[in-house]
Amino acid sequence: MGSIQFEQVTLEFSGMSRPAVNQVSCEVASGELVVILGPSGCGKTTLLKMVNRLYEPTSGRIRIDGQDIKRLKPTKLRQKIGYVIQQSGLFPHMTVADNVAVVPKLLKWPQPQIQARVDELLQLVKLPPTEYRDRYPAQLSGGQQQRVGIARALAGDPAYMLMDEPFGAIDAITRTALQTEILRLQQQLQKTILFVSHDVDEALRLGDRILVMNAGKIVQFDTPFNLLTQPADPFVHELLGADDMVRQLGLLTVNSAMMALPDNYQNGSKPTVNAVDNLRDALSLILRTGAPELSVVDQDKPVGLLTLEHIRSYAAEANR
Amino acid sequence: MGYLLNNPGEIGLLLWQHLRMTSITLIIAIAVAVPIASLINRYRWLSVPVMGTLGVVYTIPSLALIIFLVPVFGLNATSVIVAMVLYTQVILVRNLTVGLSGIDPAVLEASRGMGMSPWQRWWWVQVPLVLPVFVAGVRIAAVVAIAIATIGAKFNAGGLGQLLFDGIQTNRIDKIWAGSITVAVLAFAINALLLWLERRSSPTRKAQTE
Repeated sequence: MGSIQFEQVTLEFSGMSRPAVNQVSCEVASGELVVILGPSGCGKTTLLKMVNRLYEPTSGRIRIDGQDIKRLKPTKLRQKIGYVIQQSGLFPHMTVADNVAVVPKLLKWPQPQIQARVDELLQLVKLPPTEYRDRYPAQLSGGQQQRVGIARALAGDPAYMLMDEPFGAIDAITRTALQTEILRLQQQLQKTILFVSHDVDEALRLGDRILVMNAGKIVQFDTPFNLLTQPADPFVHELLGADDMVRQLGLLTVNSAMMALPDNYQNGSKPTVNAVDNLRDALSLILRTGAPELSVVDQDKPVGLLTLEHIRSYAAEANR
Repeated sequence: MGYLLNNPGEIGLLLWQHLRMTSITLIIAIAVAVPIASLINRYRWLSVPVMGTLGVVYTIPSLALIIFLVPVFGLNATSVIVAMVLYTQVILVRNLTVGLSGIDPAVLEASRGMGMSPWQRWWWVQVPLVLPVFVAGVRIAAVVAIAIATIGAKFNAGGLGQLLFDGIQTNRIDKIWAGSITVAVLAFAINALLLWLERRSSPTRKAQTE
């Protein structure tokens, strides 16, 4: 339940020298957030839009739940897949509530259920319903519009989400906040998400796995850490900035590098980090405070110690 | 002014004929313009030849065009109505195509991607978004039709033009005044009514007044 499989998927547009998507085969597991990353024109958006049949492949097959999507009516298929696009694409003549209610209406839910769902979703994306329900998109900021866009895509409770550079046109601070929201929502909802991006940091931050594409083909499909430490070719190496050690540290958690608490441990006044924080933040804290070691806490209980040496040796080991 | 007050029956009849011609014209014109505009919206290359032709039709003087149509449709209101339909096409089709192409492509993509059928996209998204521009077109078309319909009297179609032409022939200034005032009031009233509709149908205005 919830997987997406691509089998030898190719799409050729007439009048183009090479296929936009070329022999793509891969599988996205249920509940996984996969970022499709690549330079513009690499076919990442085209690949995404074949999943909800906005484009039809020239050859190959796409299955969701093991079922060939060609056998489903496009409208029925799309109602099962949440879709978020860059410019939000909210309906300017509908209120926030009506925008969110579109798919439930298409699915012919009863009115009271739709209303409850709208409020539930607005709450989920942190837009208090009483304040935002009756506003029009033009009265919202770009970030708020995209929150509504996400709520609208989630409205029919789809198992799948397609997100086409949803934060591409949003300022850096709001973008980071929205990325945090996506991670929180994903932890809560466990959707199968395909997320198109050209932003490496976004991909590293969000993706359970990253599908790197170039010129219509898959170059590498792996976890963020493996992409950084074992790039398949110079293209991936350069795209991800694999030499950037600090970037790698951002993907490693403190608890994997720390040392267990010694028996005679005394906390004193050491700066503390959370066990689930990443090593990049820990390093930053060491450099900023000048403290020789950090106290690692898990839910406010000390569980270990972390020094600069621990970070260095762990990073070296991870890169071996 | 005296003529107006003393002959409410006659004025009422002529006003009714005038309104009838104008309304029939608008209904037929809209029914013709919507499919033409949809076709242009789908096949963009049609825009230049179709708009060009309609533009040329618009430049033909109304009197000449109606005379041209009399052998086909006879000396009656039909010829006048056909001529008015032809004139208003350029206005309606232009406004409709501008309105349709003015819809944000992201909005249309979203509606498709969410699983709306073409029919649902038309009624839920395209119609409401095009409506303000469309009503603006209908408003201008209505005023043009009201003006041209006065000439209908020359072709046995009746209408308020009757008063004008009678007045000129019999040198009755009061009749000319009566006709002019009634036509003007009618044009202003229809214009105001449609302007109100136009404002009401505009989503951005709704947003501003909330």
